[in-house]
Amino acid sequence: MTSAPIDGYLDLDRATYEAIIAHAQSDPHFEVCGMLAIDRGQVVRHYQIPNAERSATFFRMDSTAMKRPWMEIEDNDWGMVIYHSHTHTEAYPSPTDIKEAAHTPGAVYLIVSLQDADAPVIRGFDIIDGKVTERILYVDGEEAPAGRR
Amino acid sequence: MAIEVRVPTVLRKHTNGEKKVTGSGHTLRELVEDLEIRHPGLRGALIGEDGQLRRFINVYVNDEDARYLGGVETPLSADDEVSILPAVAGG
Repeated sequence: MTSAPIDGYLDLDRATYEAIIAHAQSDPHFEVCGMLAIDRGQVVRHYQIPNAERSATFFRMDSTAMKRPWMEIEDNDWGMVIYHSHTHTEAYPSPTDIKEAAHTPGAVYLIVSLQDADAPVIRGFDIIDGKVTERILYVDGEEAPAGRR
Repeated sequence: MAIEVRVPTVLRKHTNGEKKVTGSGHTLRELVEDLEIRHPGLRGALIGEDGQLRRFINVYVNDEDARYLGGVETPLSADDEVSILPAVAGG
């Protein structure tokens, strides 16, 4: 399992955590994507956005569907989390993820892995200037399973 | 006619940090050329060497992605709102 220096944490409530996993499992052969809005440490919005590429190895947020959620997050000064799933690879940013993150500075990235279909994993990262650091994910106060670090 | 353009964080280095700028033009291309005069660098960030909108940004006229309206030739009216958002992608 690929690791990155740990820097910071992210709190999720269990309902959101399970909803993200359910979203990934709802279309397990293609990458899914979405956003969370964070206000004062709490998830206040969960937007599921269609993957316009409909690919097992690539995602691109449907531009029309993402517009209002993106603007709502910015207009309210909420924190932005961008998530997507990896259908058969680990929950770690791919080279493409790292490259594309340059266009969305300030977001925290969650990756859901369905590599082990019985034990989906979500891990959280910051990607700044091409450098990946990991946030410890807490779900209702408990550290989320991330596999061996 | 003055058209308000919303600029994403990642492009505000071309607008002195401003989130909204104003320009004029009858098409997106004309608007971008007009904005470039006061905000050098913005055109290159939006339009590629092929003369089309770059793939890592989404330009909207009101709520619609300009790629579906006419790309850089999308016509503009006086009360249109133009928003630029990053494209969000990965793999």
